[in-house]
Amino acid sequence: MSELRGFYTLWLREVKRYLRDRVRIVSSFFQPLLWLVIFGVGIGASLRGAVPIPGLTYQQLIFPGIIGQTLLFTSMFMGISVIWDKEFGFMKEILVAPISRVSIFLGKMIGDSTDALIQGIIVIFLGLALGINIDPMTFLASLPIMLLITFGLVSIGLTIASFMGSLESFGAIQSFINLPLFFLSGALFQIQSLPGWMQDISKANPLTYGVDALRNVILGAAWQPFQVQPLFMDIAIVGAFDVGMIIIGTWAFSRMK
Amino acid sequence: MTNIIETFKLTKSFNGLTAVDKLDISVESGEIFALLGPNGAGKTTTISMLCTILKPTSGTAKINGFDIVKEPMQVRKSIGIVFQDPSIDDRLTARENLYMHANLYGVPASEQKNRIDSILKLVELEDRADDLMRTYSGGMRRRLELARGLIHYPKVLFLDEPTLGLDPQTRDHVWKYIRGLKEAHDITVVLTTHYMDEADKLSDRIAIMDYGKIIALGTSDKLKETLEGDVIIIKANNTDGVISVLTEKIGLSGAHVINGTVEVTVKNGKSMLPRIVMATKNDIFIESISLREPNLEDVFLHYTGRTIRADSSREPHGIAAIQRRKIR
Ligand SMILES: Nc1ncnc2c1ncn2[C@@H]1O[C@H](COP(=O)(O)OP(=O)(O)OP(=O)(O)O)[C@@H](O)[C@H]1O
Ligand SMILES: [Mg+2]
Repeated sequence: MSELRGFYTLWLREVKRYLRDRVRIVSSFFQPLLWLVIFGVGIGASLRGAVPIPGLTYQQLIFPGIIGQTLLFTSMFMGISVIWDKEFGFMKEILVAPISRVSIFLGKMIGDSTDALIQGIIVIFLGLALGINIDPMTFLASLPIMLLITFGLVSIGLTIASFMGSLESFGAIQSFINLPLFFLSGALFQIQSLPGWMQDISKANPLTYGVDALRNVILGAAWQPFQVQPLFMDIAIVGAFDVGMIIIGTWAFSRMK
Repeated sequence: MTNIIETFKLTKSFNGLTAVDKLDISVESGEIFALLGPNGAGKTTTISMLCTILKPTSGTAKINGFDIVKEPMQVRKSIGIVFQDPSIDDRLTARENLYMHANLYGVPASEQKNRIDSILKLVELEDRADDLMRTYSGGMRRRLELARGLIHYPKVLFLDEPTLGLDPQTRDHVWKYIRGLKEAHDITVVLTTHYMDEADKLSDRIAIMDYGKIIALGTSDKLKETLEGDVIIIKANNTDGVISVLTEKIGLSGAHVINGTVEVTVKNGKSMLPRIVMATKNDIFIESISLREPNLEDVFLHYTGRTIRADSSREPHGIAAIQRRKIR
């Protein structure tokens, strides 16, 4: 009971802090907008109608990928809150409280995931504004999938941050991880057309299945012939990845001083 | 009186450096107990072990009957702590910080509002309770941290350098609160400090700590009595000359220079004054000479041969330091 309350408190704190950060929310529109409009339209135009997937524009193809990218970047970035808390001393207040490190980790992780989910929702609305068709059912179905994607990614960010002493080193590590995960997830293309070795790497990338799941839900029938895995397999793989990362993250938090 | 804290050869080493060395102390229920010592004496390390943040290298301690190594959760429920460095979420309001703490410590939801309102009143922050912490001054933050440490009604409150970096007026204020809180909530307070006056005026008993060991322990008066005498302060044009006269002609030992004046502890101050004046009259010009009771600084000097030098106190590093500086 008191563990649950501790968890809820830490969750609430992350969400409150995020919602108060207007700059972060407003600026979160910007990157996906660039990708969807400039990259999506630009590459789409240069393909001159030779669309890779019948019935889909290039912009539509990468739309779920850009959601995945937003979830990736924001989730990983959330680790910064750990470094922030260490720098400002607040981490000590949490660590000395009579609640388990599991609750501390889960509270922070699910709080940060909630924030990342909000960013994902913002991208969906952006897509709607750009004329991409998403009906309410599709929207609702995409929510749990987005959340599932963020759990594992936020856990990676928190785990790395728990080992890092400074903002700079955290930032450096981030760019090492973010871009490869993003480019190799098939967010900007379908991975079947890749050379074999690259396909193998992509298939080892958990985000590939997250993006695939979003495409299965958002693009529906048009995507089905090209899917990496059926939806339930995507969910199972991402879920297994989440469980693994949560275990590692909890371990990392339990050794933090 | 029962002992609420007892340590048993409590020891902590950091790669060969023994920060706390086989500490054996006990703190009585209801007292204000001060750990007084210079920078690096091991005060924070001691507190960190008692608060279960650091694991002892060897030895252990009991707080409120619970073992700090074997029952850390029970210990945590029994204590409150105000850290040396700031530890508040400054993106939240004061009230939000307090609610968060109450929830982390399992204070029943039905009691939270009452407790928080009354504690805010106690530290006189009720008017500013809904402002973000980042708009607070240093003294206000410190007061809020004190209040926060008490929300869950701890048996023992640890205060690590409660007034470090605060101006004298605010320090007086914080002392007043600490005493008030202690009386209102009937708790035991363990504080660390390297300010003499803080230990002297605020605490019931003082443990003087140096290089990880307790070198003297007792009430302020008892500690001063061990010096058996008075301190004579001599201001003169030639301090070295004064010292050599005191040592060679009068046979006093332990004379030393502090802030440009000579100080020496003697058994019978009043009869010593004329002797000193007589002995120095030929070759030294004495500007002033006075007598005072020994203070804790003298006690520390007596046991270690060094001064604590509160003026060169280490300031917090990093962002904490920026925060503190902004405050002033
Ligand atoms: N995490 C650590 N790793 C290595 N050495 C440490 C660590 N923490 C403390 N020490 C060392 O242990 C000794 C005692 O430090 P501690 O912080 O307990 O002193 P203190 O009495 O609180 O001093 P201050 O008045 O400056 O706060 C110091 O020599 C310090 O350098
Ligand atoms: Mg200290």
